[in-house]
Amino acid sequence: MGLRLPSKVLEHILSFIDSNEDRNSVSLVCKSWFETERKTRKRVFVGNCYAVSPAAVAKRFPEVRSLTLKGKPHFADYNLVPDGWGGYAWPWIEAMAAKCPSLEEIRLKRMVVTDECLEKIAASFKDFKVLVLTSCEGFSTDGIAAIAATCRNLRVLELRECIVEDLGGDWLSYFPETSTSLVSLDFSCLDSEVKISDLERLVSRSPNLKSLKLNPAVTLDGLVSLLRRAPQLTELGTGSFAAQLKPEAFSKLSEAFSNCKQLQSLSGLWDVLPEYLPALYSVCPGLTSLNLSYATVRMPDLVELLRRCSKLQKLWVMDLIEDKGLEAVASYCKELRELRVFPSAPDLDEANIPLTEQGLVFVSKGCRKLESVLYFCVQFTNAALLTIARKRPNLKCFRLCVIEPFAPDYKTNEPLDKGFKAIAEGCKDLRRLSVSGLLSDKAFKYIGKHAKKVRMLSIAFAGDSDLMLHHLLSGCESLKKLEIRDCPFGDTALLEHAAKLETMRSLWMSSCFVSFGACKLLSQKMPRLNVEVIDEHPPETRPESSPVERIYIYRTVAGPRMDTPEFVWTIHKNPEIGVSHLAIK
Amino acid sequence: MEVTNGLNLKDTELRLGLPGAQEEQQLEVSCVRSNNKRKNNDSTEESAPPPAKTQIVGWPPVRSNRKNNNNKNVSYVKVSMDGAPYLRKIDLKMYKNYPELLKALENMFKFTVGEYSEREGYQGSGFVPTYEDKDGDWMLVGDVPWDMFSSSCQKLRIMKGSEAPTAL
Repeated sequence: MGLRLPSKVLEHILSFIDSNEDRNSVSLVCKSWFETERKTRKRVFVGNCYAVSPAAVAKRFPEVRSLTLKGKPHFADYNLVPDGWGGYAWPWIEAMAAKCPSLEEIRLKRMVVTDECLEKIAASFKDFKVLVLTSCEGFSTDGIAAIAATCRNLRVLELRECIVEDLGGDWLSYFPETSTSLVSLDFSCLDSEVKISDLERLVSRSPNLKSLKLNPAVTLDGLVSLLRRAPQLTELGTGSFAAQLKPEAFSKLSEAFSNCKQLQSLSGLWDVLPEYLPALYSVCPGLTSLNLSYATVRMPDLVELLRRCSKLQKLWVMDLIEDKGLEAVASYCKELRELRVFPSAPDLDEANIPLTEQGLVFVSKGCRKLESVLYFCVQFTNAALLTIARKRPNLKCFRLCVIEPFAPDYKTNEPLDKGFKAIAEGCKDLRRLSVSGLLSDKAFKYIGKHAKKVRMLSIAFAGDSDLMLHHLLSGCESLKKLEIRDCPFGDTALLEHAAKLETMRSLWMSSCFVSFGACKLLSQKMPRLNVEVIDEHPPETRPESSPVERIYIYRTVAGPRMDTPEFVWTIHKNPEIGVSHLAIK
Repeated sequence: MEVTNGLNLKDTELRLGLPGAQEEQQLEVSCVRSNNKRKNNDSTEESAPPPAKTQIVGWPPVRSNRKNNNNKNVSYVKVSMDGAPYLRKIDLKMYKNYPELLKALENMFKFTVGEYSEREGYQGSGFVPTYEDKDGDWMLVGDVPWDMFSSSCQKLRIMKGSEAPTAL
């Protein structure tokens, strides 16, 4: 009964459907659609490696070509997750190797990857093409050498901000002389020097090389020689730019850059001396992306560079740019879509840079396409937030870090409630929001009510009480990831909105007032959530009402994980523990 | 303590607040130990070294590789002079040696520093430039090589000659 599409026809239709969200919807229609979809899915994304078992994924999607996985919670980036928590890549590599030999691409973020994993990848996937490791750790340059040596069709090898045991620069020489397929190489996070002649030869025999990101050990001379061999580069991460300036060296550098007529993205520039910046002037007009966040250069030199970058869409810079520099950006970089301003002296005590809320206001006013902001600033005002919201309703990502915890609007001494209300209300497409400064529960009432599309929300040192969490969990329709630290709320709101947690990917809370008793109760109530108590002191030895250090709660169909270290408690560790009679209103 | 049938109900009661907090208590958030030092107090700084900075774990939220990237090209330090109403700030990286620095200080505060000798320190003017190093100790400007000084100097203080000998 009813119309049934032949699976070949359905397959053809599905070949036009790329987005995983759409494919997930397709797979829910009926069994045959589920079957056809799963057999044709080429790209699999798993946002939490513990949400589903590797074996289940490998079995369901036998034709997968590209796998993307994320492991540790985001706050691991700021050392809030103790070492050894988890996020191991091995079970996934093993499962894929067994069932999906056609896998070509692996992208991992915040996972523990060992040399064994890398060797397994090299050995198991004959047509392996792309390896991107972001914020990963646990491997050495030996593992990288294995990939370089064995993956004959390797196109992309990117190590982004990984912690790698660096055993020397030999790994580079493992690329066979026959390997000519490289499109992108990023070893910027490695410390050791690689042999420049090896690198030169590799670059020379890779005609498709478009992206090259060097580590600081590569000298300026090395850079010049590489640029001469790869003038077709579209993305470049320089090595160290701090050598003594010789007039001859400068003109060689200038010339090398001017021959790179397709360069669109520039990064690296560690400790660049201001005298070298003019060598970059020739590429500025073509740049769409510029990462100056490691360039300790002062405002006038930055402005001299930036005023030439009329096509710039993405700018990462340190607060050395000052308000004045951002005013210049607002007037010269009209195509700007993303701005990140990092603190040059992150210690709280060192606030001495003339960067205030005014800098961001300038850019919000002048750059009509601005949609993504990450801004570190010592203090802020409601007025500035209101202006930003009014001028830039198209903001999609707004992350403000007021460095001074609990800092109120420094002009009126009020909390920043009104300001963030304006952001939540005005920026209707906001997907990601980080709040900071002095905020009362009211702020979260506004956010809960208005931030309908926010998927990820980060909160630190804010709120007055449980109401804060209550507002967020009863509102924020699209919320998928919530991370909170040092906020004074506790059990009630968490337990009241337990069901909401199943609609989210994860919830992280540290240094709040959630009790061990509540964690146990939540674990019992919600079998499809993994409730992890991450506490250096075993919570079982403390009274149930005592607050735990950190909690990580995530939905999962994989059940309890078996690889928890000692300091992670889950109810599965002692399921016989009963929960005493607790009165929850 | 309420004990019924051997059960300490208070112990297992879910409450908002730290255990043991029966009455209103100022709740201190755990990882923040208060650092009351604020920028506005600059002008009333004492000569004693300030208390050690307290660090909050994982704050501000920057990755460690950014934190290690301490300014190599920019290095602002506060400069105070005894008797001057407010402090100034200079960028140590702007100077390549002691004479340049001292000249800049002399211009900034309108004074002259005396003749420097290793044995006697600064003689002749009544003003003595001193600095606080990374260990929190107050030292005489000029004793160590310039590079060592510029990388360890946290603060400068120009002491008035009459106080200086006893203070150091």
